[in-house]
This record gives sequence, structure tokens and C-alpha cells, in this order.
Amino acid sequence: MASMPGAETAPLVGAPAAQAAAAPAAPAGLRRRRVRRAASLGVFFVLWHVATEWDLAFYVRFQNIPTPAQVLAEAVDLFGAAGFYVHILASLERIWLGFAIASVLGIGLGLLIGWFSFAEDTLFPPIELLRPIPAVAWVPLSIMLWPTERSSIVFITALGAFFPIVLNTIHGVESIDRQLVRAATSLGAGRAAIFREVVIPGALPSIVTGLSVGMGVSWLCLISAEMISGQFGVGYFTWVAYGIVKYSQIVVGMLVIGVLGMMSSALIRVIGARCMPWLPRRAKGGS
Amino acid sequence: MSTGRIEINDLGIAYGANSRRVEAVRQFTLMTTPGEFVALLGPSGCGKTTVLNAVAGFVQPDAGTIVLDGEPVRGPGADRGMVFQQHSLFPWKTVLANVEFGLKMRGIKKSLRTSQARGYLDLVGLAGFEDAYPAELSGGMQQRVGIARTLVNRPRVMLMDEPFGALDAQTRLNMQELLLNVWREVRTTVIFVTHDIDEALFLSDRVAVMTARPGEIRDVVAVKLTRPRAAEVITTAEFMALKARVLAQVREESARVAPGPRR
Repeated sequence: MASMPGAETAPLVGAPAAQAAAAPAAPAGLRRRRVRRAASLGVFFVLWHVATEWDLAFYVRFQNIPTPAQVLAEAVDLFGAAGFYVHILASLERIWLGFAIASVLGIGLGLLIGWFSFAEDTLFPPIELLRPIPAVAWVPLSIMLWPTERSSIVFITALGAFFPIVLNTIHGVESIDRQLVRAATSLGAGRAAIFREVVIPGALPSIVTGLSVGMGVSWLCLISAEMISGQFGVGYFTWVAYGIVKYSQIVVGMLVIGVLGMMSSALIRVIGARCMPWLPRRAKGGS
Repeated sequence: MSTGRIEINDLGIAYGANSRRVEAVRQFTLMTTPGEFVALLGPSGCGKTTVLNAVAGFVQPDAGTIVLDGEPVRGPGADRGMVFQQHSLFPWKTVLANVEFGLKMRGIKKSLRTSQARGYLDLVGLAGFEDAYPAELSGGMQQRVGIARTLVNRPRVMLMDEPFGALDAQTRLNMQELLLNVWREVRTTVIFVTHDIDEALFLSDRVAVMTARPGEIRDVVAVKLTRPRAAEVITTAEFMALKARVLAQVREESARVAPGPRR
């Protein structure tokens, strides 16, 4: 990547994205970079095609891996029938529920623990204790704890998202500039007003970071849980495809998981940026 | 205007405990008359900000009393507005919302507080910047918002903690003139902490020179330069004489803080 043309065009990276997109003819350097990126993707698909078409086997074995064309054909078939959508909707429902529960609990507890030392002393120790346990390790207990398969998978999904959300919220509250709290009190703010007007907005950038990380973790947990115990969901679909020797379905499942995960992270970023119009453009995440 | 009388009596403040206890302020006594502009001047670390924080109610005194218009100071309150050195605006609020904050805390309805806030933004020359966020403003503009945000509450006293200390020299001069113009309009009592002698003399009715830590009053210099003052006043003989007197005292106190290669 660190080639000479890259060094030449480096200053263009700093140009505002909006300006670059609006320009009818992108600067030569920028166009060259886009071409390079498209070529990189092209090479990836060519390598995939070559490895699977020629059945390469040199310790890593490509004999059973479907070709890009097979995967595309399988995807067309799957999306043409209703059955596949049942799996997608099941996963989306679990993600949405689990993530919503984790957000409400994580942000709520995080704000309390970060701001009130009483809450920190009484609520934080169990969180600290359970935090190092990966959510997937909870699967057996979760099956025993919850009455339905759906509720136990939602539990795993929520658990995975909860820890990054609560920890980032606590961190956000603790990093609030004390001078802003003093400023608010000398302007007549009481305790409730300080919490509402200073603590919550002050922690918001960290909260959004936590939500973003939490969304990634909750997908990870959802797919694992669906693969271990389930009758629906994209994770279940992908695992079952392996069992019934439908190898192109495995790859379609993987790609769908990737796309859905990417879209949910993008959604968090967009909502985050909407909620924090005061942050400079570059800090809003973006590509 | 009859509010804004501050009586600081025998104030003593120490930080830390036991062997590491550091006395920041000792037997500090100062009175202001309503509408007076008083500067607290002294070497860094002399406790002048500690005095200001005690008047604001952020710090509890260990000894002595602070009384504002007959009522002892117990904690922070909107009757004593503070303008900080920098970065004290709420980054997530627009300029207008920052200035409205104090009025919102008093439960004043939106339309009324917007019109009042706009009035004070006008006063500090920031009409047209209502919808900007603090990060989009220069340091000097941010401080002007800070002043408007404090004054909109009509405080009995405005406490200013080196409010122009982080600005470049040219901006600082402009801000000092702007502050005097604004103060002439509102006539609130001001306690202004600074280590800049020119700034203290240019702005104030009286300059309280503090000793090195623990901070006590060393001298109170009355500045009888006629108002309104323009920047040129600092070149007059009268100003020079006052400056010579204050400079000698500040030099001595600074030397006590850091006995180094000075002589």
C-alpha cells in the first residue's frame, strides 16, 4: 500500500468527503485510488474463482468450497422463495429485541454507576465478575433459565451487547469535564438538571461507541447461539446447510450475516451522528 | 444598584490532610462595594483562584466567612456567575442554548428566554452566531458567549478566573475593551483574577495584590483612571506610576515562590 503514488496523493485524503463527491470530475489522484480499490475487490473474486474452479488443495482444501457463480445462483434461488426470509426475520427480531434490552439496561445502569458512587458500589461488582465470561459460554445455562428457545437466544444476544454498552457509558460519564458541572451549578442547575443537561449529553459520544461495539458483539452472539441451539435464524440456516451438504447455502448465509451486521452498524452510526450534531464531521466515524 | 456587596472576612482555605496539608489562603479579607470592579492579582499558585472558587461556592472555607449582601455563601448559586478560563461552554448546546441555560434553570418560558439571550449575545457582539456550536467559534468568541451566559442571569457578582489568559495578545486587548463596555451597561460587581498587571490596572477600580502562598492581601491599589478607558490609557504617566508600584510588589512575591536565577 505504501507505494510512491500513495505518498503523492496523501494530501487529498484530508479533503472533505462531501466536496469530493459533489465534484463532477474527481481529482486524478482520488480517481486512481478508487480504481485501485475496485481492482482489489476484483482480484479477491478472481482468486476465489480460481481456487474453487481448479479445486486447489495444498493443505487448505478448496474442493468442497462453492465458486462465486454457484453462490450467486444459490442466492438468487434462496431470495426467490419465502423460506429464507423466515430465517432472516427470525434473526432480525432476536437482534432487535436483544439489542434494545441491552441498550436500555446498559445505558441506564452505566449512567447510574458512572455518576453515583452508591450505585457503583452496589451494582458494579457483579458486572465486573461476569464480564470476562464470553456470552456464548452462557448457552447451556441460558437454555435452562429461559422457557423458550427464542427467549434464551435473545438473552444471549442481549448479554453480549450489554457489557460493551454499560462499560462505555460508565467511561463516558467518568470522563465528563468537572468544570462543566461547576459551570452548570453556578448557572443555577440542581442535581436533576445536571444529570439531564450535562451528564447524559456529556456521555453520549461514549454511549454511541458502546452501542456500535455492542451491535457487533450481539451479532456474534446471535449467530453462535443459533448455531448451537435453534430451529430458525440465519446462523441455524448456515449450520444446517453444512449438515445437509448444501455448501453454497453456507456461503450465502455467511454473506447475509455480514451484510446485515454491516447495515446495523451503519444504522447506529447514522443515528449517533444525528443525536450529536455538535461533533465535527470527521469525528462522526464515517467510512 | 445596591446589590453585589461582598464581604470576605479572615478567609482561610487549606488542601490535603495531615502532613501533606497545604495552606492555600490565609486571613484573606476583602470587601467590595456594589458595582465595583476588583482585580485579584498575584503570582501563580498564590491562591487567587481558590478565593474565587470559595466565593462561587465550589470550595468550602476552613476559616472565616464570605457574605454576599448580608447572606452567608453556602454553596454554588446563580447569584454568583463564574466565567472560566476556557472550555466551559456546553459543547452539545448551540451558542443560544448555552446563553439560555441559566434562564431555563429558572423555569422561564422558551420565548422569553430566547429574546433575553439574544439581547446579551447582541451586547457581546455575537448576534448571528446563535446556531453555532462552541467548537465552531474562536477562543475569544467562546469567552464572549461565556460572559453573555453568566450575565443573562443578572448575577449580583460576576467572578472571572483569568478569562482572557488563554487568548492571544491582540484578542485579549479587544476582549478587555469589550468587557469594560459590557460592564458599563450591566454594572454588576466583578471580581477578576489575573496575573497580568496591565490587565488588572486597565480594567479595575481597585487591584488587590496577593502575597505568595499562603495567599494574603499584600496591598490594595485604587485605580483612579477616568472611565470610559481606551487601550491608550496604559501609556499615560498615571498608569505607569501605578504599574511601577504593583510590579515591584508582584516581583517580590514571585521571587518568594521561586527563588531561582532571578538575582
